[in-house]
Amino acid sequence: MILYFQKAVRDLRANLFLNTVTVITIALSVLIFSAFMLFFVNADGFLRHWIADMRIMAYLKPGVRPEAVDRMKSRIQSLPGVREAEFISKSRAMDRFRDQLKRQSSLLDGLGENPLPESFEVRMDITARGWRNIEPVAREIEALTGVEEVEYGQQWVGRFIHVLNLIRVAGYALGGLFFGAAVFFVANTVRLVLYSRRDEVEIMRLVGASEGFVKDPFYIQNLIMGTLGGLLGIAILYFLYRFIAANVAAEFSTVSFQLIFLPFRISMAILLGSMFVGWLGCFISLRQFLRT
Amino acid sequence: MEVFEKPSAIIQMFHVSKRYSAKAALVDISLEVADNEFVFVSGPSGAGKTTLLRLLYMGEPATTGQIVVDGLNLSRIARRRVPFLRRKFGIIFQDYRLIPSRSVFDNIALVVEAVGTRRQLIRKTVMSLLRTVGMEDRWRALPLSLSGGEQQRVAVARAIAGDPKIIVADEPTSSLDHDSAEIILNLLIQYHQRGATVMIATHDTELIRSTGGRVILLKEGRVDAAAHLPTRAS
Repeated sequence: MILYFQKAVRDLRANLFLNTVTVITIALSVLIFSAFMLFFVNADGFLRHWIADMRIMAYLKPGVRPEAVDRMKSRIQSLPGVREAEFISKSRAMDRFRDQLKRQSSLLDGLGENPLPESFEVRMDITARGWRNIEPVAREIEALTGVEEVEYGQQWVGRFIHVLNLIRVAGYALGGLFFGAAVFFVANTVRLVLYSRRDEVEIMRLVGASEGFVKDPFYIQNLIMGTLGGLLGIAILYFLYRFIAANVAAEFSTVSFQLIFLPFRISMAILLGSMFVGWLGCFISLRQFLRT
Repeated sequence: MEVFEKPSAIIQMFHVSKRYSAKAALVDISLEVADNEFVFVSGPSGAGKTTLLRLLYMGEPATTGQIVVDGLNLSRIARRRVPFLRRKFGIIFQDYRLIPSRSVFDNIALVVEAVGTRRQLIRKTVMSLLRTVGMEDRWRALPLSLSGGEQQRVAVARAIAGDPKIIVADEPTSSLDHDSAEIILNLLIQYHQRGATVMIATHDTELIRSTGGRVILLKEGRVDAAAHLPTRAS
């Protein structure tokens, strides 16, 4: 195996230009695919963050009596999936509003009567997949006597997930396209190398070299190129991520959500995929070439 | 794969034919070559000499008929066993077929490695082979910097590198001058004297006369005659 590895490294050096172009092609494919993966990982995290923060606001009709408020609270808390139901009085609502307005809160000083309604802030015990449960709960709360209006962000979540799914499909399609292109490129590189060394390969076969002796250095060589391409692609993505995280993400510093890089297992899966590209390209070419 | 009881004949051909599309290269060839025999395959250009040799080491398959080499029936040999069949052969080509980008040493080391020699022994084995053919001083040279005779000597070293039982040489001296041809022939005779079977395809009757040995004469793909030609010495 050491001998095969040495032969593979020697052959890599012998066709340096061609092999460098192949590594760059694999790296670009990995970069584009892993950029999509990075987007999905962060979009998914953002969605979870958003959903975890999602709540149902149930605005009450004016003049609901305190006993009725208590009954409503008990009823809401008994609904399935409800984690917490907090009553927001008119004065509390105004205080929150002032906090949100910060420096502009003086605008509220001119108001004579507090126009904000009493409300319930209902937090759901939901997961990213369970966001659809909000709607039936919201309908039940809306049906309660004393509730004037219910607001929740389901429509936005639905649209966001829909767009995310579209991008996901586009990502898979592009990933597949680049995977195919990378395999095609690797296969052609191997074919060129094989063609330039056809005498050597033929001599090896004629003197009784085993299939492994002929093929294994090519496989090792392409696994090395796949690994290098994968590492290069992921490294470029990491530096781009650092740049975006340091500059662009700073613009959104008010949002508590943090951009993250690809988790280790996804990075490893991409690296293995990149090695597989090298192996597959080699397999296709060797099969065609050695059949002739 | 069918393994026959080891015969005294190391090569047997039974009604072997080879066709390329409409053209018949070999027609109904039946012959035997004994172990440690020195045989010439002769005939005019296009008689089928090269094709006959290529069938022996499965350079290509026979269209019909059966070939048995050292007990192995080639029509029933599994693909993965072909390398083991080929290790029984040392092959010498008219055009040397050395890899021009590799040094003399590397050309031979390729075979020494391929037949599974231990890494520590590769250098020693290659240099010993080069000494045998008198080329130890040129181990670093590239093939194209050598004369035709020198290249063929390297090719002989490569052919015997795997210590084969059978040497097949296709017109090994046809592009060499007389002195170089004699050196090559002597190398093949030396290897034959060590116990190997040697088959040489040639149309050079002078070479055959000077060496002696059985001649399988081919004409238009058929065995025309098989006879001992008298040697010059005799």
